[in-house]
Amino acid sequence: MKTKLFCGCPSDYRGKKPNTNVCPVCLGLPGTLPVVNKKAVEYAVMAAAALNCKINHKILFFRKNYFYPDLPKNFQISQYDRAGGLPIGTDGYVEIKVKNAKKKVRIGRVHLEEDPGRLTYLGPIDRSPYTLVDYNRSGIALLEIVTLPDLNSPKEARILLRKLRSILEHLGVFDGSLEGAMRCDANVSIEGGSRVEIKNISSFKEVERALTYEIIRQRDLLSKERRVLRETRHWDERRRVTISLRTKEEEQDYRYFPEPDLPVFLLDDTFIKNVVSSMPELPDARIERFKKMYGLPEYDAEVLVADKRIADFFEECVKLYNQPKKISNWVMSDVLRYLYENNLEIHESKLSPKHLVEMIKMIDEGEISGKIAKKVLPEMIVTGKDPREIVKEKNLLRISSIQEIKALIKTVFEENRKAVEDALKDEKAIHFLVGQVMRKTRGRADPELTHNLIKEELDKLKKAN
Amino acid sequence: MLSAREIVSRVKSGELKVTEIVESTFDRVSKTEDRLNCYVTILQEEALKRARLLDESASKGKVHGRLFGVPVAVKDNICTKGVRTTCSSRILANFKPVYNATVIERLEREGAVIIGKTNMDEFAMGVSTETSYFGPTRNPWDLTRVPGGSSGGSAAAVAAGEATVALGSDTGGSIRCPASFCSIVGLKPTYGSVSRYGLIAYANSLEQIGPMARDVYDCALLFSVIAGHDPRDSTSVNLKPKDYTVFLREEVKGVKIGVPKEFFGEGTQKVVEETVWKAVHKLEDLGAEYDTCSLPSLEYALAAYYIIAMSEASSNLARYDGLRYGYSEEFTDTDWFTYIAKVRRNGFGPEVRRRIILGTFTLSSGYYNRYYLKALKVRTLIRMDFEKAFKRFDVLAAPTMPTPPFKLGEKIENPLELYMCDIDTVPANLAGLPSISIPCGFTTSGLPVGLQLIAPPFREDLLFRVAYTFEKNTGYVKEEPEVI
Repeated sequence: MKTKLFCGCPSDYRGKKPNTNVCPVCLGLPGTLPVVNKKAVEYAVMAAAALNCKINHKILFFRKNYFYPDLPKNFQISQYDRAGGLPIGTDGYVEIKVKNAKKKVRIGRVHLEEDPGRLTYLGPIDRSPYTLVDYNRSGIALLEIVTLPDLNSPKEARILLRKLRSILEHLGVFDGSLEGAMRCDANVSIEGGSRVEIKNISSFKEVERALTYEIIRQRDLLSKERRVLRETRHWDERRRVTISLRTKEEEQDYRYFPEPDLPVFLLDDTFIKNVVSSMPELPDARIERFKKMYGLPEYDAEVLVADKRIADFFEECVKLYNQPKKISNWVMSDVLRYLYENNLEIHESKLSPKHLVEMIKMIDEGEISGKIAKKVLPEMIVTGKDPREIVKEKNLLRISSIQEIKALIKTVFEENRKAVEDALKDEKAIHFLVGQVMRKTRGRADPELTHNLIKEELDKLKKAN
Repeated sequence: MLSAREIVSRVKSGELKVTEIVESTFDRVSKTEDRLNCYVTILQEEALKRARLLDESASKGKVHGRLFGVPVAVKDNICTKGVRTTCSSRILANFKPVYNATVIERLEREGAVIIGKTNMDEFAMGVSTETSYFGPTRNPWDLTRVPGGSSGGSAAAVAAGEATVALGSDTGGSIRCPASFCSIVGLKPTYGSVSRYGLIAYANSLEQIGPMARDVYDCALLFSVIAGHDPRDSTSVNLKPKDYTVFLREEVKGVKIGVPKEFFGEGTQKVVEETVWKAVHKLEDLGAEYDTCSLPSLEYALAAYYIIAMSEASSNLARYDGLRYGYSEEFTDTDWFTYIAKVRRNGFGPEVRRRIILGTFTLSSGYYNRYYLKALKVRTLIRMDFEKAFKRFDVLAAPTMPTPPFKLGEKIENPLELYMCDIDTVPANLAGLPSISIPCGFTTSGLPVGLQLIAPPFREDLLFRVAYTFEKNTGYVKEEPEVI
C-alpha cells in the first residue's frame, strides 16, 4: 500500500529523517480529520478472506484512548469487537503443519488500525535517560490478526508466523522482508499461571526465543510456588530477557467509543465478491500446483512456498530451464543455506534466476562438476556475476583435453612410483592416482576421462613389463 | 454600517475601495474593542495588506469573489495558517497552525478579508464567553452582560460593527445563543454541510461551523461560500454548492410552522415566551400557518447532549499534552505521565477540566452502557421525534434562549445553571438539523430576544426564506447597540 491509513503520506517511511514523513493529519494536529484509505479496506477484506474469516459488511472504527508519547492524538483509531463495534473479519482459521500433521489455528479477529509513532531509547528501555519520538511511522495501516489460544509451543508460534507471512505476501498485502513490517505480541499462559503478554518482538527467531524464555521464567516461578502475575512484558533482544512493563492493575481502561469523524460505511456484496475473486493464488494452492505441475515432492513444495520470493524465484528458474527437481534441489539446499547463514533475503542477494540456471546447465553439460558449482554459487550470490565468468576467471572449467590430462598423468606417475607399482598389482589402488590428478587440477579434470586414461597408461606399463 | 452585500457591490462599482472598508472597520475596532474584547488576535497589518492587494486587482478590473472586500471575523477555534489559533485556552495560547481550515480557504477564494480571531469560551465550552483564558467578551447591548457563547466574540464583533460578518461554530448552540444575545442572525447548518476540516474539535458528532451576520441576506451569502463537500472531512455530505441568496423572497404563504411545547418549559422567562409567540403570530399574519406540537423525547436532550459532548471532548482534548505544541512546562525529573498531568492541570481552565473529567467517566468501562450508549439511544429517539414533527410541519419555531442575556459573573459559579441555558439549542445538534436564530424583539430594558427556526436536513433554503420574510416585515435588524 502506497499511503498511510488516514492521510496521503507515503507508507514508505524507512530510512527517512525522523519526523519528515508526516502531515497535519498523521501528526494529529488540532482540527485535522482522518479519511479512510480505501485500498487498506480492500486489503484487509482480502486478508480476512484468505484467513477464512467471516467478513463483516459494516466498517466502523473506534477510538482507543490512552496517553502515550508515540500516539500524537493520545488515542488510536482502531476497530473493536464490543460495544457495537465490529472488526473487518471474525472467526477464521489458518492451517499449519506440525510434525507432518495438519493443525488448525483459530483466528479470533482481523482488524485495521493506525500505527503509532516510534519511540527510541538510549540503551535498554529501563535505563534510557531520555525518549525520542519519530512520527514517520505514525498512521501507517496496521492489520491486526488475533489468534485464539491454540498454539502449544514456541515452535508452533514460529510456524504459524511463517505461514501467515507467506499468505500475506502472496496476497501482496505487505512486504514481509521490511523491518517492522510484521510485528507480533505473544501471549503465554501455562497451567497454574496467568496470561502474560510480550511486546517488542522483532522477528520469527525472536518470537521463539522470547516465548521459550518466558515459559522457563513462568515455570521457575511456579516451581518456587510463586505467583505468575497477569502483566505485559517487554522483550529485550540484546539481553534476551523479558522485563515487566505493567501489571494488570496498571492496565489502562481504553474507553473505546465509536470514532465520530468516520461515518460507518457498508461494504456491498459485489465489493467483497470482487475483492475475493481478484485474490491471487494462496500458498496452499501453490504447494498443490508445484506438486502437480513440476512433480515436486510435498516437502520441496512446502519449503519453496514458505517464502513467496523463493517460490517466485524458483518459478522464474523453471521458466528458463525445465528441470524443476534439479532447480529445487539447488534452491532448497545451497541457496537457502547460504541466505540463512548470512541473514539475507533472496532479493537482497545478487543471485538471478538466469545465472542459477546457467550454472545448473553447465553441470548438466559436463562443463563443471557439482563440487565446483558449490564453490561458484556463493560468489554468484555475493557478486551477481555470471557463473561462466567466475569459472573462467578462476580457471575452474573442466579439463577434458586428453593431451593435457595425459601430461598430468605422466607427472603424477613420476612423482608416485610406489603407487603406480601398487596399482599394477591391485586395481583398487588406481583411485589414489586419479585423486592425485584431481588434486593437481583442483577438481577440474574430468574424473571419468582421467580414470580411463590412467587405466590405459597402466595397461601400457603392464604390457611393457 | 454597510452589509456584505453592499460592500461587494460598491467595491465592484468602484465606489469604494477595500482599503477604505477595512480601515473603517479597524476604526470601529479601535473605538469599541477596549470595552468589548471581541478579539483574541487582531490582524490589522495582514488585513490592510490584503486590502491593498484586492484593490490592486480591482484596479485591473479583476473583482472576483462573492465576498470581495468583506471584513470577516473568524472564531478562534478555526485554524488559520501562521496565525495563532488559541481556542481561547492557555494550552494553545501560542499555537500557530501550519494549515488553513477548509472554510478559510473558501473565504479567501471569494475575496474576504480576515480582520481577526474572535474570543470564545475555552474550547467552545460555555454559553457566555466567560471561560476564555483571554477574559470575557461583553455584550454590545449592555456592557454588564454576557454576549452569549461560545461564539461570543464573533457575535459581539458583528453586532458592534467590528466585522461585517463572522464565522462561529455551534456544538450545542454556540452560534445561535450569542446571535440571540447580540441580536444578530446566526445559522447552525445541517450536520455535514460545512467542512469541519480545520475546526478544532470539541464534540465532533455535534458541531458545525456556521455564518453569523447582521441580516439574513449576509448570513445566506456567507453560508453559500462555506458550504459544500470537502473530501478531507469524511462526515461532509456530497452536495452540489448552491447560492442560497436566490431563495430569499418574502413568501411564507402556506408554510406550516410547528411550535413544540417542550421549548417553553420551566426556566423560560415570560418575556421570551411572549416575544417568541409574537413573532409566530407575525409570521401567521404574513401567511404562514402554525400549530403547537410536542416532541416528548426532548425531555432528555440536555442530559444526552452533555454526556455525548463531554465524552467526545475527553478524547478530542487528550492530544494537548505539552509534548509537541502549545503550552508546556519545564520537564523536571519525573515520568512523562506526571509531566502531562501538570501541563493539563495548568493549561486548561476549570470548565474544560470539568468536562474532560466527566467525559472520561462516562466512557469508562462499567459506565459506558449506562451513560454514553444510553445517550446515543436518546439521540436516536430525538431524531425520530423530529422526523415525525416534520411530517406535519415545514419548520419548527422556538425561543433560541430561555432568557435574555444575563449579567457577567451571574452564573459562572454555577455550572448546572449555565448548562441549562443550552436547553433549547441542543436538540438541533443532537438531530443534526439546520437551525437559525434571528432577532425577534427586545425586552423592556432593551435586551435582545432571538427566534429559533429549525428545518429538516439540508433545508437551509427554507430557514432563510422564512427568516428573510420575517426580517423584511419587522424592524429589529435595523436596531443598533448603544456601544456604537
